[in-house]
This record gives sequence, structure tokens and C-alpha cells, in this order.
Amino acid sequence: MNTMTSANQPVVEQRTALRSLFLRNAKNTIMTLLMGGALLAVLFPLGLIFVHIMKMGLSSISLDFFLHIPRPTGEAGGGMANGMVGSMVLIGMASLLGIPVGIFGAIYLSEYGGSRISTVIRFCADVLSGIPSIITGMVVYSMLVVPMKGFSALAGAFALALIMIPIVLRTTEEQLKMVPISLREASLALGVPLWRTTLKVTLRSALTGVTTGILLAIARVAGETAPLIFTALGNQFWSSKLTQPIAALPLQIFSFAIAPYDDWHRLAWAGALVLVVTMFALSLTARYFGRTGHKN
Amino acid sequence: MNSKVKLDDLNVHFGGTHAVKGVNIDFPANSVTAIIGPSGCGKSTVLRAVNRMHDMTPGAQVTGRILLDDTDIYGRGVDPVAIRRKIGMVFQKPNPFPAMSIYDNVIAGYKLNGRMRRDEADEIVESSLQRVALWDEVKDRLKSNAMELSGGQQQRLCIARTIAVRPEVILMDEPASALDPISTMKIEELIEELKERYTIIIVTHNMQQAARVSDVTAFFYLGELIECGVTKKIFTTPDRKQTEDYITGRFG
Ligand SMILES: Nc1ncnc2c1ncn2[C@@H]1O[C@H](COP(=O)(O)OP(=O)(O)OP(=O)(O)O)[C@@H](O)[C@H]1O
Ligand SMILES: [Mg+2]
Repeated sequence: MNTMTSANQPVVEQRTALRSLFLRNAKNTIMTLLMGGALLAVLFPLGLIFVHIMKMGLSSISLDFFLHIPRPTGEAGGGMANGMVGSMVLIGMASLLGIPVGIFGAIYLSEYGGSRISTVIRFCADVLSGIPSIITGMVVYSMLVVPMKGFSALAGAFALALIMIPIVLRTTEEQLKMVPISLREASLALGVPLWRTTLKVTLRSALTGVTTGILLAIARVAGETAPLIFTALGNQFWSSKLTQPIAALPLQIFSFAIAPYDDWHRLAWAGALVLVVTMFALSLTARYFGRTGHKN
Repeated sequence: MNSKVKLDDLNVHFGGTHAVKGVNIDFPANSVTAIIGPSGCGKSTVLRAVNRMHDMTPGAQVTGRILLDDTDIYGRGVDPVAIRRKIGMVFQKPNPFPAMSIYDNVIAGYKLNGRMRRDEADEIVESSLQRVALWDEVKDRLKSNAMELSGGQQQRLCIARTIAVRPEVILMDEPASALDPISTMKIEELIEELKERYTIIIVTHNMQQAARVSDVTAFFYLGELIECGVTKKIFTTPDRKQTEDYITGRFG
């Protein structure tokens, strides 16, 4: 400012310059305030949810919660051990199906596919990831539960896998596309077949990003309740067969939260705390992988 | 001189673009052939056709024949992977494998194909790095990441990786364009030495470099081969006016 306006400049011009400086400063302040407000609006509900769950959950959680299964209706005590294990079983089985299908689909899209069929697959994946998860549950109900004549862990895992596939597929595809063509060519020019190049060079280079995608997909399905209602159903006890209904943490939270007993409400809060902390940890790990992935 | 690689009416199309137009060249064995010409004239396209790199490009179409010794590499039933084991390529930008050590980069051609004995590996790594004059610079840090090397060292590493798999022909697409004069000089010395065992085809924008390293020079313009002959002749008494204009820098 000082260097711009020299002493022999007309006064009017100086005044205009001052006014525009003032305006600019004012606009700057207003924008800063607006963005600060937006930030608060984002953070406030998040903080509120977290603090509330912490408060309710921490006062209800105990060792029993991790070691016991629910007590009969209305009785005090008990835990959600079967729900946590059930969730792990469901997520594990869903991963066994969803991760390979997602990754191989992505490899097909980015390394092998013709443009027409790739467009179709991408579109289907996008539609699939947009379908409300309760509908995924209903479809699996009529596809698996009805023919198999019963709710089962298998059906629940299948529903979760259907939700994982498009997430893994699209994130993996994006990561594969970020691997420079020059690396693939370096490998091919050494006489390495395309499939080996894809696995050992392309996928290998994208590994951290792919891991991030997988963790995010797991975090996403870990909290899914709706698709399990018609498939895994839930179970008050331990289940010993994959063809039987199985307990899951989100399902247990749901049924305990709507029950008319204070003690069960407390268990539901404890379950919510465990779920939120797990998802938080998964997201943090995913972020960590994402961060290290971009460095090299 | 008997020819190692022979282009017979080579045409390359990208969709509607006719990038290489009916080219015939003989590349003599154990010699260096330079391909020169203005940007976009199809030099890289010709080079990449020779080890079937266009197979990966959707929409690229190669017609005509390319003979390696006496087999047409585009012939029916010919495995592009087998061809690429005999015809290696060094790219314009150094492209070592970023997740691998210097050591692993040299034997990448073996490791990625899943076969390598340890004692064999040590020997191949040392001899390949010796030949590209990199051994003394890196012998104490073979296990460190290849990306820690300078650009010139990376390019020599890429050449080491290529000769480690013992190809018969080495294609080089402007291998020194990203390098400083000293690294460039080292690579030129290396090329001179490599031609005792290999047939080398090199694309370059640098006239002096072409004159220095090559035995034969081919001049391309707009996808056509304008002139091809002994380097000394091309640079002193070319037959075609276009060639003379280009190498003297009077190009319009
Ligand atoms: N993958 C591709 N798809 C479409 N057109 C291409 C492709 N690769 C090359 N071309 C076209 O082919 C022609 C020749 O390209 P090429 O890369 O062989 O030129 P060049 O002589 O190597 O140029 P430079 O000296 O700039 O590297 C150009 O017109 C280019 O646009
Ligand atoms: Mg080029």
C-alpha cells in the first residue's frame, strides 16, 4: 500500500484505494467468520455424539460386557460377547468374499477391460453402493434365506459382502489408475507377463491405498444393522453353525435399545461405545495407511 | 552386415491417426542405429512396435512385419512375452521400481518372473552394475531404495536391469534426455561398449549424440522414413534435402 501510493498522487485516488482496501479487509473478515461458523457446525454435532456416547457408554461398560452373553429378558447383568464375536465372524466372512471380488473386479476394470463393459460394471457398482442397505437385506432374504429355509450367518455375511464390493472395487480401481503406466511398461519390457506385472508391480505399488479402501469398507459394514435384520437375524446365545442365525453387535444394540428395561438400555450404550471406538480406530488406521501411501 | 531386426512395410495407426507410414529399415546386428526426426514424427511409435508395447494401447493397430532374425514378431502364435525377453527397452524417463532396492531392481526381470538362485543373483547384480559403471557408486548400499539414486544413476540402473536379463536387442527411447552432460557421456560410453554384444536402436533429439554413438542413422518425418544410411554419410552428404535441413537445424 505505502509503496504503491506516492505523495504526488491525487487525494481522490488515494481515498478510493483506501476504501477498496477497507472493503477487501471486511470481506476477508466476513468470509473467515462464515467458514469458522461452518467448521463449528460440522464439529459440534460430531463432538456432541461422541461425548454423549462416551458418557453413557463408559458408565455402563464393564468386564462382564465383554465376557458374557445377554441374560434372559428383564434380568440385570450380562454382556454382548456373542454379538461382538458374531460381528467379527460376519465381517470376516464378508471380507473373504467382498475383498477378492472387489479387487479382481478393479483389476479387470483398470488393466484388462474394454471400455464398453467397464462402463457397465462401473455403473452397476455405483448403483449397488447407492442402494439402501435395508433393500440389500431384503434381496438376500429372498435369494438365500427363503431357499435355505432359515436365517443364517452365511446370509448375513453375503449381504455385508454386497455392500463391501462396490467400495473396495471403486477405491482399488482409483488406486490402480494412479500407478504410472511407465512402471507397468518397465515390467512388461523385461519380459514379465501381464498378469504377473499386474499382481507384483501394479497392485503392489497401490497396496497402501488399496488397504485404506479395504479398512474403510470394513468400517462401513461394521455398523450396518438393516441388512442383517432379514439375514443374520440375531441370536441371544452363542451360535455354533454358520447356517444358524448369529448375533451381531449392531443388531443387539438395536434390540436392546428398544426394549423397555433400563439395564438393557445401559448395555445398548456400552455396545454403541464399543462400535464407535472400533470404527474410529479403523478410520484412523485407514488414514494412516492413506498418508504413508502418498509418500512413495 | 546381416540384419538383426528388419521392418517390412510397418504401419501403425492410432484410431484415425496414421502415425507410422510404410516403413522399411534393416537394423544391422552388433551396431547402433539412431532414429532422429522432429517431435511427433513417430520415432517412439516405431521403437515401441519393435517390442510389442502397443499391444497394451487400446486402439493401436500395427500392420506389416517386424523380423527378429527370421521370425515375424507379429506372426501368429508368437508370444509377446518371449519377444520382450529378447528385445529389452530403456525408456526416456528413468523408471526404476520404487518399492524395490537397488539390488532387487537389477534382478527385477528374474524376480518378477519368480525364478532366481541367490548365488546367481549376486553375480548378475555385480556384473550388470559393473557394465553400466554403477557398481563402485552403489556397492555399499545395494539394499537401499532405488529412488535414492540421482536421475543419471537411476537411468544407468534401468540399463543394468535391461542387460541383466540378457536380451539380444536393446531399444532406447531418448535415454539421456533427462540427464546432465556427465551422466550423458557415461551412457554414451556405455552404448559404445554394449554394441559388442547387443544390437542397439536409439531414439535421440540430440544430433551430436546421434553422430557420436551411432553407426547407422534413420531420419523420420511425419511418420515416414525419409532417409536411412551410414551415420557419417547422413551427417555429411545426405541424399535428401529434408535430411540436410533437419541436421543443420534449418528446418521449416
Ligand atoms: N497412444 C497414442 N494414442 C494416440 N496417438 C498417439 C499415441 N502415441 C503416439 N500417438 C501419435 O503418433 C504420432 C507419433 O508419436 P510419437 O510419440 O511416436 O512421436 P515421437 O517422434 O516419439 O515424438 P517425440 O520426439 O516428441 O517423442 C503423434 O502424432 C502422436 O500424437
Ligand atoms: Mg518419443
